[in-house]
Parts: sequence; C-alpha cells; structure tokens
Amino acid sequence: MTAMWTLTRYIFSDIIRNKVIVLYAGFQLLAALLLFNLEENPDKALLSLLNIELIVIPLISMIFSTIHYYNSYEFIEMLLAQPLGRRQVFLSEFFACALSLVLAFILGLGIPVLLHFQDMLAFNFLLTGTLLTFACTAIAFCAAVLARDKARGIGIVLLLWFYFALVYDGIVLMILFTFSDYPLERLTLLLTALNPIDLTRVSMMLRMDVSALMGYTGALFKEFFGSFRGMLYTGGILFLWTLLPLILSLRIFRNKDL
Amino acid sequence: MIETRALTKSFKRIRALQQVDLSMNENQVVSLIGPNGSGKTTLIKCILGLVRPDGGEIHINGRAIGEDFQYRSAIGYMPQIGRYPDHMKVGQLFDLLRSLRAKQGGQTDDELIAHYRLERIFDQPMRTLSGGTRQKVSAAVAFLFDPKIYILDEPTAGLDPLSSEILKEKIRKIREHQRLVVITSHILSDLDDLTTHILYLQDGRVHYQASMEELRSFTGEQKFGKAIASIMQQSNR
Repeated sequence: MTAMWTLTRYIFSDIIRNKVIVLYAGFQLLAALLLFNLEENPDKALLSLLNIELIVIPLISMIFSTIHYYNSYEFIEMLLAQPLGRRQVFLSEFFACALSLVLAFILGLGIPVLLHFQDMLAFNFLLTGTLLTFACTAIAFCAAVLARDKARGIGIVLLLWFYFALVYDGIVLMILFTFSDYPLERLTLLLTALNPIDLTRVSMMLRMDVSALMGYTGALFKEFFGSFRGMLYTGGILFLWTLLPLILSLRIFRNKDL
Repeated sequence: MIETRALTKSFKRIRALQQVDLSMNENQVVSLIGPNGSGKTTLIKCILGLVRPDGGEIHINGRAIGEDFQYRSAIGYMPQIGRYPDHMKVGQLFDLLRSLRAKQGGQTDDELIAHYRLERIFDQPMRTLSGGTRQKVSAAVAFLFDPKIYILDEPTAGLDPLSSEILKEKIRKIREHQRLVVITSHILSDLDDLTTHILYLQDGRVHYQASMEELRSFTGEQKFGKAIASIMQQSNR
C-alpha cells in the first residue's frame, strides 16, 4: 500500500506540471471569472458554467487520461520490472491522473464558485464535478487498456464522449416522446443513472431555481434529487461509474502482455 | 538462476516462443542473440513477468514465478528504450526507486551514477535528456540495487563509445560475484570479450546454447562474430 501511494505522489507531481493541466485549470478560472463578473445574477452565471463544465470536464478528463496512459507505457513497463504488482502500478497511474484533474477543477472552478455560493448547491457542484472527473478518468483508462493502439484508444474515448454528451440525450428524448402516454417518471430516473453526465446535470439543475419551469416530472425529480437521499443516490451512482470501469480495466490489465 | 521448461507464447498467429528450455547460472554472462523477431524480447519479458506465457514454466532461483512479484527484487532490468515521465527530474527517479525497493540499510550501488556523472543532471527534467543520456539513466537504474540477475536489452545501442566502455567495465566487475548477466545485442563485436555463454534463438526456438569455449571448438573460429555467423549459416541451411 505505501509503495502505491509513494508512486502516486511522484506521478502526480509529474502530471500537475504538465502544460495541458495548467491550461485546463486556467481556462476554467477564466470562464468562471468572466461569467461571474459579466452576469449580474450569480445563479444564471452558475447555470452557464455548469453547461460549459458538463462538456469540458468529460472531454478533457477522458482525452488527457488516455494520452497519459499511452505516453506512460514504457515507464509502466519499467515499473513492472521492479518488485511491484500490476494492481499497484495501474492504480497509482489512475489516482495520480484523476487527482491532478480534480485539483485543476477545484482550483479553476471550485474556488470561484465557493466565493459566490456557500450552500448545498456549491457543495453539490464540487462533489459531482469531482466524481464526474473520477468516472471519466476510469472510463478512459478502461478504453486505453482495451486498445493497444494509441489512435484507436483516443478514437474510442472520443466516441464515448460524443455518445454521453450528445447522442444519449437524443435517445432519451425519443423514448420519452414515443411513450409519452405512459407514466415515465421512474424510467426517466433510471435513464439518467445510465449516463454520468446527465446525472450530474439533473442533480445540479434541480437544486437551482430553473427547476420551477419543469412541470410535474420536474417537481417529482426535485423532491427526489433535492433531498439528502437524492444526493447519496447521485454520489453512489457516480461512484459506481468509477468503480465498475476500474474493476474491468484491472482485470484486463492483470493478464495483459505489455 | 533462471530456468525455463517448455516455455511457449503466441501472439495471434505469430509463434514467438516454442518449447523453450534453457538454464542460465551464476558467474555467467549470457548473450542472447538471434535475428529480428526471433523471440529475444518476448523471452526477456516473460522472465520479467511483463508477458504472460501460454505454457511452460519459469524458475528464478529455484522458484516458479507466478502471481507473487517479489522475485523481481533479485533482478535489475535495463530496457531497450527507456522513457520516463516528462516532468520528473532525474534525481526524483532515483529517489522514487530507492523508496520503492531499497534493501534494509539502504545500501545502493551508485557507481554508474558516479561514472556517468548523473548528479550533474539530477535537477533536469526527463524530457530534456537526449536518447543516449536516458540510456545512461536506465543503465544506472538497472545496477542500482545490486541484484543477483541483470537483464540488459540492447544495452549499448544508444551509448557513445566511452559510455559503452564504462558499462562494459561495470559488467566485467560484477560478473565474478555470483551474478548472472543476460544481454541481448545486435552488435556482435561489442560483446566479444564479455560473453561467457551464448544462446541463439531463431523463430522462437533455442537453436544453440553453449559456452564460448564450446562455440570456438565447434566452429573452429576464434572471433566471436565469425563463430556466430557460422552458426547462423548452419541453421539457415
């Protein structure tokens, strides 16, 4: 265990000096400062930030993690020639990558948001953003372990992002429209759980005033997601979105030929 | 020290290793040679646990290797291409490895660090190093923990003649101390005076395994390169 965290610390200190991570944090900080300063109503600014975030966090986390994995290939080989287990090495790479992306998120967006909001909304924002970063990193590592070729790995990850960020909403809308004669509240709840980005969006939106515009389903959702139980649910599902890809990639990585 | 029995490995349709039986012991410097794609790197990676064999056994110091990775504390490995995290400093790499596998008492073999004068670049990040300098770092890492077994994959490939000579001097020095050194290399003349045994691989099979004396008397050639060439010609017939 100690070996794993030692390794994580060294890899982490390498990644946070990476230009991409610095730019990622800087971009978020710039967006937050601009929106909070230009928009008089901080709630509206937060809503705009949320929409940027739901595109940017998954995209950057997934692509950066995939590229990081492929670039570390020879280093991982060298580490595995030392008396270290495969799980230790893999998890160190994962945690170092996820934690540095989370650090960039907290510094770039977390702090400006905390300056304007100090309530459950801000807490929910930080929590879901952090968990979403972990989930996207885990999914990216899974894709990278599956595909030997760098170009193919990045391709898979881009497709996944495209699916979660854009295509999935269309599918959900189509289902809701087709079966609009039936009560769909529970199904919709289930459908949001199958997409980490949507889940984050819903759990944030329903804590904001805009949820007043969402009619009957919105009211039901608000009751659910607004409660503490709803927060546990969101957190739990996002945690599963990290755990399951991670378990799968560990299983593949354990018997992989490097 | 290293023994394999019926070691077999295929990658899709390519049979990289077929029923490889070999044994290597202390006080030997074994040259692992063979044409490109003959299975040298696969063999090394199987021994290091980086590639999982399809069949057969590998014994290191009398124990079969399996899930337990502790056997690798007896091995120092120098890869063909060493790449390290871009922003990690040279000094940090050594710190990291020391904290991961330093023995009780913390004694390490820093001789190559000193001879290559790596302290002078301890503050430089890895990405600024040239290919040759990275090779020197890799060599120093392989020798750092005074292991019983050294596995060096194309060690002199990127090194300038002086650095290559330093490395050879180091190998000469350690080989008398119950150590086993396994070297793969394409450059035959480089290995002439170091090698005690050769292992010739072709198409994933061990074609020839012998000591240098046996090789010389078998082929009638005094020069290592010529002796090898004569073996290669025979196996091509």
